[in-house]
Amino acid sequence: MNMQPSLPTAPQSQTNWNWNSMRKHVLAPVFSHAVMIVAVLVIMFPMIYAFIIATQTPAQYYQFPPRFLPGSHFVENVRFAWERIHLGRLLLNTSFVALSVALGKIVLSVTAAFAFVYFEFRGKPFFFVLILITHMLPVPVRIVPTFELINSLGWINTYKGLTIPFFASATGVLLFRQLYRTIPPSLADAARIDGAGPLQFLWSIVVPLSRTNMAALFLIEFIYMWNQYLWPLIIANADTTRVVQVGLKQLVDTDAAVDWHFVMAGTLIATIPPLIVLVVLQRSLIEGMSLYEEK
Amino acid sequence: MQTRFPNKALPYLLLSPSVIIVILFFVLPSLNSFYLSFFRVSSLGNKRIFIGLQNFTRLIADPTYRNAIIVSVKFAIFVVLSGLSVSLAVAVVANQRFRGFSLYRTLLIWPYALSPAIAGLIWAQMMDPNIGLVSHLLKIFLHFRFNYYTSSRDALGFIAVAASWKMLGYNIIFFLAGLQSLPAELLEAASIDGAGAWRRFWRISFPLLSPTTFFLFIMNTLYAFFQVFGLIHITTEGGPGRATDLLVYKLYRDGFIGLNTGYASAQSIVLLVMVSVLTIMQFRYAGSRVFYR
Repeated sequence: MNMQPSLPTAPQSQTNWNWNSMRKHVLAPVFSHAVMIVAVLVIMFPMIYAFIIATQTPAQYYQFPPRFLPGSHFVENVRFAWERIHLGRLLLNTSFVALSVALGKIVLSVTAAFAFVYFEFRGKPFFFVLILITHMLPVPVRIVPTFELINSLGWINTYKGLTIPFFASATGVLLFRQLYRTIPPSLADAARIDGAGPLQFLWSIVVPLSRTNMAALFLIEFIYMWNQYLWPLIIANADTTRVVQVGLKQLVDTDAAVDWHFVMAGTLIATIPPLIVLVVLQRSLIEGMSLYEEK
Repeated sequence: MQTRFPNKALPYLLLSPSVIIVILFFVLPSLNSFYLSFFRVSSLGNKRIFIGLQNFTRLIADPTYRNAIIVSVKFAIFVVLSGLSVSLAVAVVANQRFRGFSLYRTLLIWPYALSPAIAGLIWAQMMDPNIGLVSHLLKIFLHFRFNYYTSSRDALGFIAVAASWKMLGYNIIFFLAGLQSLPAELLEAASIDGAGAWRRFWRISFPLLSPTTFFLFIMNTLYAFFQVFGLIHITTEGGPGRATDLLVYKLYRDGFIGLNTGYASAQSIVLLVMVSVLTIMQFRYAGSRVFYR
């Protein structure tokens, strides 16, 4: 199973299906693909089944044995969920929050990484560690005092409270710092000889070179922010600022049995934007990361 | 060594937005957590009484906190062990220089875009005792009545399955990438020397794979302890009873429902120590590699 496919070295025997060669070049790859396809299907199945439920009526999904075919009510279910929890507004709020945090993190970590790589200044290691520390302090660890701070700033139920505390990014600073260290020093030398200042150099040379990493960071942070739950629940659970993750809870909270067709319809809709971002920017993530790991 | 620009003030200016945010929203609140953990705060927040270490001694004595620890550890063990072993098994069995790796990568990575809350809703439906496909199958084939609304064990099993499902594709991709970067000559040589597949795996692949395994171990542990709040809040709300009352969920209940600020701060200090240990291990052993979050 662990055999690596290699070019056939010895001349093949007259019979076309030498057992060893067949095992190596036909059976092993087929087997590998079979395993991968099973894994893909197992991982995908719950999502497909969620879609099937989202198209059915209770009468259809309370049937036994369960039907694996899409029902007739997808549009109605989506429309109901949409109106019941104001999905349009939720999606708008969440998009705004995820977009501004992703962009804010890109800007702040590009400038910070640029400062770390292209300047000599006092306290550099201190500031570097300070920014890395954010990795050790996820939301739950500091939630109580941060809530009090946001409260005293008057930022409860505001977009400021939802976004600004997230603008710093250790991931981003590490990512761009690593990239900037690999930029040939001759570029900066040439810029200095031409009389370009550091900001001009940043804007016209460094930023264009950062594009792939920016896309990678955008992908990571957009999804991260789209999926935030605890922070928006505590800081901004009002009609004007509620995000879609928290809003979905209202579809589940019923006194009677859960209306799974509406819940699954809402769930699918809430998943589409981050999925699109992932599919579109996937390549940049792989390129950006492999560049990073090369060192 | 990169060329340096001579400016003195500019680097501080460039750093200042990040630094201000880190100090204001990360460092000060964390220090404040320490401070608050020595006080009893009235529920209106207007009175603070210094009580020394009482919040911490209370944590040790509190049976509901002990419950939260036990539940969290059980949950994390399940999520990490099942997540890593299943994905390693898939990656090893499938390990071939096959065509279409990038296609499989896309087909496996997409649950990364889902939130734990969404994963929770999808599995809550799959495992619903009345209409869920999984509970139907368990009833038919094992005569087992699965009900996460009433059974503590079933509830914990349900959230653990939902949480590990979301990480499965991510883990498989990292293991596959790790396996494909192993030196093929070494495995071939062992194969020629007569080592079987099983032996080759445990003696060569598995030890060489340990950086990947360690990285995934840390990522999955952090995930299991700190990123599943939404999954609990949107489905079981810690129930039935306190069966799924994970540490983060208990902190939320004590701090924001019970308005017991000092006690919740003491709990967040415990969490802080846990994350610090895990992150330091991460940086020490896995280097400063950037990771998907």
